[in-house]
Amino acid sequence: MEPIVAYSLVLSAVLFTMGVLAVLARRNPIIMFMGIELMLNAANLAFIAFSRHLDKLDGQVIALIFMAVAAAEVAIGLAIIVSIYRYRRDVDVDAVNVLRG
Amino acid sequence: MDYIYLAIALPLLGVLVNGFFGRRMPRKAVGTIASLVILGSFVVSLVAFLGYLAAEGGTHTVTLLPWLSLPPLEISYGFLVDGLSLVMALTVSFVSFLIHVYSMGYMADDDGYPRYFTYLNLFVAMMLTLVLADNLVLMFVGWEGVGLCSYLLIGFWYKKAAPPVAGIKAFIVNRIGDFAFLIGMFLIFWLYGTFSFTELRQSVETVALAGHFPLTLIALFLFGGAIGKSAQFPLYVWLPDAMEGPTPVSALIHAATMVTAGVYMVSRMSFLYSMTEVAMLVVACVGAFTAIFAASIALVQNDIKRVLAYSTISQLGYMFLAAGVGAYWIAIFHLFTHAFFKALLFLASGSVIHGMRGEMDMRKMGGLAKYMPHTYWHFLIGAMSISGIPLLAGFFSKDQILFAAFTARPDIWPNAGMVLWIVGVVTALFTAFYMFRQIYLVFLTKPRFDVAEIHPHEAPASMIAPNWVLAIGSVVAGFIGLPALFAGIIHIPNMFQPFVASAVAGGVHVAEAAHGAQELFKEVLTTSISVVVALLGLGLAFYLYQVRYGTTEKLKKAFAAPYRVLLNKYYVDEFYDNTFVQPGRVLCEQLSRVVDLGVIDGVVNSIAFVIGAVGQVLRPIQTGFIRNYAWYISAGAILLVILLWLGLAAK
Repeated sequence: MEPIVAYSLVLSAVLFTMGVLAVLARRNPIIMFMGIELMLNAANLAFIAFSRHLDKLDGQVIALIFMAVAAAEVAIGLAIIVSIYRYRRDVDVDAVNVLRG
Repeated sequence: MDYIYLAIALPLLGVLVNGFFGRRMPRKAVGTIASLVILGSFVVSLVAFLGYLAAEGGTHTVTLLPWLSLPPLEISYGFLVDGLSLVMALTVSFVSFLIHVYSMGYMADDDGYPRYFTYLNLFVAMMLTLVLADNLVLMFVGWEGVGLCSYLLIGFWYKKAAPPVAGIKAFIVNRIGDFAFLIGMFLIFWLYGTFSFTELRQSVETVALAGHFPLTLIALFLFGGAIGKSAQFPLYVWLPDAMEGPTPVSALIHAATMVTAGVYMVSRMSFLYSMTEVAMLVVACVGAFTAIFAASIALVQNDIKRVLAYSTISQLGYMFLAAGVGAYWIAIFHLFTHAFFKALLFLASGSVIHGMRGEMDMRKMGGLAKYMPHTYWHFLIGAMSISGIPLLAGFFSKDQILFAAFTARPDIWPNAGMVLWIVGVVTALFTAFYMFRQIYLVFLTKPRFDVAEIHPHEAPASMIAPNWVLAIGSVVAGFIGLPALFAGIIHIPNMFQPFVASAVAGGVHVAEAAHGAQELFKEVLTTSISVVVALLGLGLAFYLYQVRYGTTEKLKKAFAAPYRVLLNKYYVDEFYDNTFVQPGRVLCEQLSRVVDLGVIDGVVNSIAFVIGAVGQVLRPIQTGFIRNYAWYISAGAILLVILLWLGLAAK
């Protein structure tokens, strides 16, 4: 395995873990959202690293598709957060539990 | 005549037109269309009849379309044209046409006018299907179809209380008979592998199974259907209640045509019945018993239509009596003449009810001959015909039934003929009495109602005209089937017998019976006794209701117990109610409580309860906090990774 691939994978794992922690630990939805983005991009990085390792283009293609999907997801996610804010004047996620069973 | 199916198609066309557009058309148009399609049916039947005569016994089948093809079961829309089906088709379409015309007057002010004519046309289509079908299954379609129309028309005035109940009663009682009929059909298919009448006849006549037990069983099961449809004891109870329907319906369906379906069926299957003496004897005995049983009830009834209803049951009994002693053509002959005079009597009683503003109780009538001269004559001609006054239609047919019974000598009970004959003669006495009792009570005695208030009036021309046609038929219809005795005197040969006899089995001994001096003596004897009995009944009615008017009240007191039994129709309805209806109701209530509410609802509710309980347990997991869900996802992911790792490590 080339060193650059190995480093990229380690970086990917670190980024992913940071994203998970951000989602689990923070109560601000914007920050949580950034954590999710971080996880997505960590996965992208892993795809590209493997693409290089396996000498195939598929991983890079998937990374490009992911970016497009992530852009759409950001648009929807931010719209939901703005709606919640307009409705409640507050965006603390622990205060929003209307889907409780 | 390959276009015989038009006889069925035309009324069906009338059903479609009146059923879909009747409410948007003027009443005149509805009634005219309905009557014209029936006239068309009659013309088609007539053309077929003439073609049949020209072709010298041109019995043939017309297969229109295949219906079911499930080898070995092959059923088609096929029609059988022979003497029997032609007589039936002509009678049905002709009487129906007259009754359609009469109905245009009788129902003129009814709200359900288009609906009425739609049902009536559908009935004629179904009845013609029944009589023209060339196989048992298609016949059964007509059989059930007329039952349906009967149900619809009995309950025609569905806003009143009694008619719908009577309709349901008729339908259910008929179903009991139909159940037996179906079993008979299945047995036939099991034994012979065909439903076609022609093939069946060949099989039955070639395979020697005479007196064979399954054959008897089939005949008895089929007769069960006839008992229901033709209102014989013990399934006759629906017919008197069927009088809740409009009177023309009583005339058409419950007197002239539908109720004769059973007689037609027995004659159609005569090749089978002739093979089994036991079944024949059962048919004859049930017929004879019903004849005298119903006639005795008719003696004391007060409702003008109920008397006629019981009279119909009694006359149907005569027909089965004739069929049971092997005189199928006479059964059909009586069916033919009966269609005229019974339709006439019912329509005339309809005119009476119409002119009396719906009054049906004969105790509140009297003296109507002055107000309704035409109707009086109609009723009188009908009554004389049914009572067997010489030279009228009913005399010839009934006389031949009694003669056939007199000469019958079944091997298993040689004296049966004599017993049946005596029962028949007593019934004839009853018949003459109750008919003329009715004439006196309705038309001749002093009015027992307020003339100034009710203003009895004669029926309109559209109702009188068809009655005159029927009245003429009631007088002359008998002359086409004269007994040998009269045929010899008036030199009119019996045309009816050879025509129908070609299509039915047996009856040979009756045909031969006319020969020989001894037979001639017997015929003179039975005929004279019939005449004497008819006149005796007439005279008794004359004495009780004219000469000694009021004697009946004393008689009622003197014979209080038998009178009450007769008035309450032998308590048969009460008996059925206590034995079958009420236990059935209790059973159903228990079933609904225990099985329906307990078992079925219980199972469904239990499932719902279990699902609810599980939901209650799982509810707390759904906290609604987004971070909890994120934890679950992460924890799940980590768990998966660990499992994967363990799996890899194990390898």
